[in-house]
Amino acid sequence: MTTGERRAASSEREGSGKSPLARMPWWIRDLISLAIFIAILIGLSYGLERIPIIGMAYYNRIIVMIGINITLAVSLNIINGHAGQFSLGHAGFMAVGAYFAAYLTVFHFGPIVDKLVEGSNYAWIAQNALLLTAVLAGGLLAAIAGYIVGLPSLRLRGDYLAIVTLGFGEIIRVMILNIDKIGAARGLSGIPTWSNFFWVYFFCGLTILISMRLVNSSVGRAFLAVREDQVAAEAMGVDATKYKVKAFIIGSFLAGVAGGLFAHYTPAYLNPTMFMFVRSFEVVAMVVLGGLGSISGSIVAAIILTFLPEGLRMAKGVLHMTKDPRMVIYSIMLIVLMLTRPQGLLGRRELWDVLARRKDTIPEDPRDEGSSPTDKLDRDAGPPIQ
Amino acid sequence: MQTLLQNLLNGIAVGAIYALIALGYTMVYGILKLINFAHGDVFMLGAFVGYYSGRWAAAHFGDQAGSGMSWVIFAGIMLLAMIACGLFGYFNETVAYRPLRSAPRIASLITAIGVSFFLEYGGQFTFGPDPKFFPTLIEKHLIHVGGITTTNYQMIVLVVAVAFMALLQYIVYGTKFGRAMRAVSFNYEIASLMGIPTDRIISMTFVLGSSLAAVAGILYGLSYPKIDPLMGIMPGLKAFIAAVLGGIGNVPGAVVGGLIIGIIESFVGGSRFSNFRDAIAFILLIGILLFRPSGLFGKYEAEKV
Repeated sequence: MTTGERRAASSEREGSGKSPLARMPWWIRDLISLAIFIAILIGLSYGLERIPIIGMAYYNRIIVMIGINITLAVSLNIINGHAGQFSLGHAGFMAVGAYFAAYLTVFHFGPIVDKLVEGSNYAWIAQNALLLTAVLAGGLLAAIAGYIVGLPSLRLRGDYLAIVTLGFGEIIRVMILNIDKIGAARGLSGIPTWSNFFWVYFFCGLTILISMRLVNSSVGRAFLAVREDQVAAEAMGVDATKYKVKAFIIGSFLAGVAGGLFAHYTPAYLNPTMFMFVRSFEVVAMVVLGGLGSISGSIVAAIILTFLPEGLRMAKGVLHMTKDPRMVIYSIMLIVLMLTRPQGLLGRRELWDVLARRKDTIPEDPRDEGSSPTDKLDRDAGPPIQ
Repeated sequence: MQTLLQNLLNGIAVGAIYALIALGYTMVYGILKLINFAHGDVFMLGAFVGYYSGRWAAAHFGDQAGSGMSWVIFAGIMLLAMIACGLFGYFNETVAYRPLRSAPRIASLITAIGVSFFLEYGGQFTFGPDPKFFPTLIEKHLIHVGGITTTNYQMIVLVVAVAFMALLQYIVYGTKFGRAMRAVSFNYEIASLMGIPTDRIISMTFVLGSSLAAVAGILYGLSYPKIDPLMGIMPGLKAFIAAVLGGIGNVPGAVVGGLIIGIIESFVGGSRFSNFRDAIAFILLIGILLFRPSGLFGKYEAEKV
């Protein structure tokens, strides 16, 4: 459980009691917890840089990659898990955010910082402010892409939507391949390495917070209604179209932010092959493995699936092999994990519900435990063989 | 005019290979409603079985290119690849998909992705990540007809692909097994109530689809001799688009979709937009799905409440 969750979980529990915190408006509570969260992050980022272990840079990189993947998984969970729209184009949104943010810093913001005295406070402030601007701008452009991609979801459902989003992701990648200004097939190098542990986990925490606030808001309730039964939701006055597009916009914005942070982290190099649809598959695997609709599930699965390939590096030595079998073991473990927990690690519940044994709060979905072939997803599917 | 015909011919040759892969996608989707993302990698597996058995044949029978023996070897290699991929398809279904039959559909989608990763990384692990050159099984000839140039390879691809499509058409519509397959795809539960061994039918569908992918792999290796463990990704994806384009679950639709994708790619590849060749299939797909949400030949089913 990350700090972000624990913080939110505790505030949730306090909400049911009558503590002074519970009587405050939600945004003050969030601001207080955000301040505590930032303080912890600053402490951690100072601490992590100074741990005297050989190869700490490598471990730091894994930790940051975990943070980026958590952001991606939680944001995809908004589209796939909460709103029930099956998107396979997350790598495309990430690419938009990464490339646009990198374009801004390489061609516009980098020269500004270079003019300032290196190491001075001004340079430090300018660097972080400009990183923030670039990353948010990348997120905005990704949100626009998400809006465009979300539009077909008005007409398409289930697998057809999945394949169209996959297609949009690939179209984005091919477009990047053809823009010479941002490196085309050579990739974009020379991006300033401004991103760090603090920013990655700041946005990671923010994503989790947004996601959790969203589920309990009217928008989130509308997402759930559309997911469970679109026709019934529409009959109850939920504008399904609007909320589906909204889910895409929010999810792709956060994916774009994750992309921007990824672009500025060492080795600060972007290549269109990094954003092939296989990357989307990895994120989808995280969301499904964690349990569709479970925020903490996405987080746990993102940690496991990011750490697994790295942790398996030792397999080569243990098994006395000349080649590295780690990715083969990784794929087998992915299959085995999915076979043992078909409903995802946490199902639809959250980690804190499981830990507190509060089974009554969110009932386990009956569909999770073995269902008939006529469940909702199958209704979305196409016609039989003709 | 000549370039037009030339592009058309090249497109049909590639499209026939896409169509063979697309058939596997469309059958599995029709019967299980599962996008079998590992299918493109089964195609790769077929090409590699062809590569190793071709090298073995060359080592044991010497260079037979040009003689009648080369055809026997070619047919033997194709059969071997079909058996190997068919067996893989069977085990793939039993191990990765059958236990999840009653689970949410998305779970089997993730195991499909897992199997796809397994084949890609496993291929890199066992075959090595560097590209290999597919052995020349049959001597290559250039054929000039009118102003257009073709090779006997393209002719072989077309003849073999059409033969297998006709065979599949016969299996699906002319045999008891095909009728059972269509029944299962129409309604799984009722089919099993009618005494159809649904599990066996589904396994056989996988075997059928995987062996068609093996044929496509051999034909692809013959026409584009550079093969590597990741070669299945793009053709697999395009074949999947072809299946969706034709209306997924629809057997003739997959063939038409494959040919359309192949031809359009060939035309775009020959134009000044050749850099966008990989994207054009998707643009076409999105364009068509926006107007016909269940593909060209798919039946649109209004949702019943």
